Amino acid sequence: MSNWKIAVLGDRESVLGFKALGLSVFPAETAEEAKTVLHRLAKEDYAVVYLTEQYAAQMEAEVARYKDELTPAVILIPGKAGSLGIGMANVTKSVERAVGADIL
Amino acid sequence: MPAINVNPTRMELTRLKGRLKTAQRGHKLLKDKRDELMKQFLDVVRENRALRKKVEEGLMRAHGSFTVASALMSSEMLEQSLLYPKQSVELDMTFKNIMSVNVPEYRFKTRSDDGGEIYPYGFAATSGELDDAVDALAGVFQDMLRLAQIEKTSQLLAEEIEKTRRRVNALEYVKIPQMEESIKYISMKLDENERASTIRLMKVKDMLLKQAIEEQRAADARAVEAFGGHLEDPESI
Repeated sequence: MSNWKIAVLGDRESVLGFKALGLSVFPAETAEEAKTVLHRLAKEDYAVVYLTEQYAAQMEAEVARYKDELTPAVILIPGKAGSLGIGMANVTKSVERAVGADIL
Repeated sequence: MPAINVNPTRMELTRLKGRLKTAQRGHKLLKDKRDELMKQFLDVVRENRALRKKVEEGLMRAHGSFTVASALMSSEMLEQSLLYPKQSVELDMTFKNIMSVNVPEYRFKTRSDDGGEIYPYGFAATSGELDDAVDALAGVFQDMLRLAQIEKTSQLLAEEIEKTRRRVNALEYVKIPQMEESIKYISMKLDENERASTIRLMKVKDMLLKQAIEEQRAADARAVEAFGGHLEDPESI
């Protein structure tokens, strides 16, 4: 079980820079496109998918679907327009899910 | 009060008592599991928060440099510069077991260790801001990977904790009281049956005794009559 890949999914300008690092970059023009790409990546051997928050906001159900799966780990990152706070909210949500209340 | 539909038999009672014991042991174990998971989870989640903050800040800085670079360069030029990366990353994923929850551990290998290798373009035709942007991204990437690991771990742990908590509560507030109720019902019923049969035996004994006495009296009367006496005055014989 090795040689997994890392994908970056988001709008073109937000993800272009990751290409220099050698990550697999998937620019998507719309949230719909991002959804299909995400499902395709989940079937292939991508262990980590970084997704910009701007798209994640429009595809919550798709992101939630992979929450309890071992792969891929869908990690939200702020896009070029800035952070929407969804990533942080998700951390709080998982605390609430586990503990029953936000205790941090 | 739950509806009781169990057979009030001794066998059912033994079976229920066994089940109750198992349930109580399971409840204790699950409670311990939940507590330990919670402890691990809180550690992970604290780190998750700190790391996410750090990554988001780092990325915003990188995006800032990137925006400047894209303002200084034409978008075709920018894309061309980044189109063919020199560096490539391979991810190695192993699993760690935290309280029977499999969580991933990532380790990444870069094709070359040379830090200068991350710039896939010549410096002549590109702006310095692009270097900054790529540099900032490279700097934050290590944390991003760690964030991925931590965040996935916390998600998986949260799911497991939720499941365990439900099980603990179901056992504690539904299953165990129900079984205790059934056991109480059966033992009461059995006691009641026992009392009923004791009483029945006593009654039968009384009846038999009465019958025997009556028979004895009748026999006595016959005997007295045979000797010409009178039953009311046996002494007159």
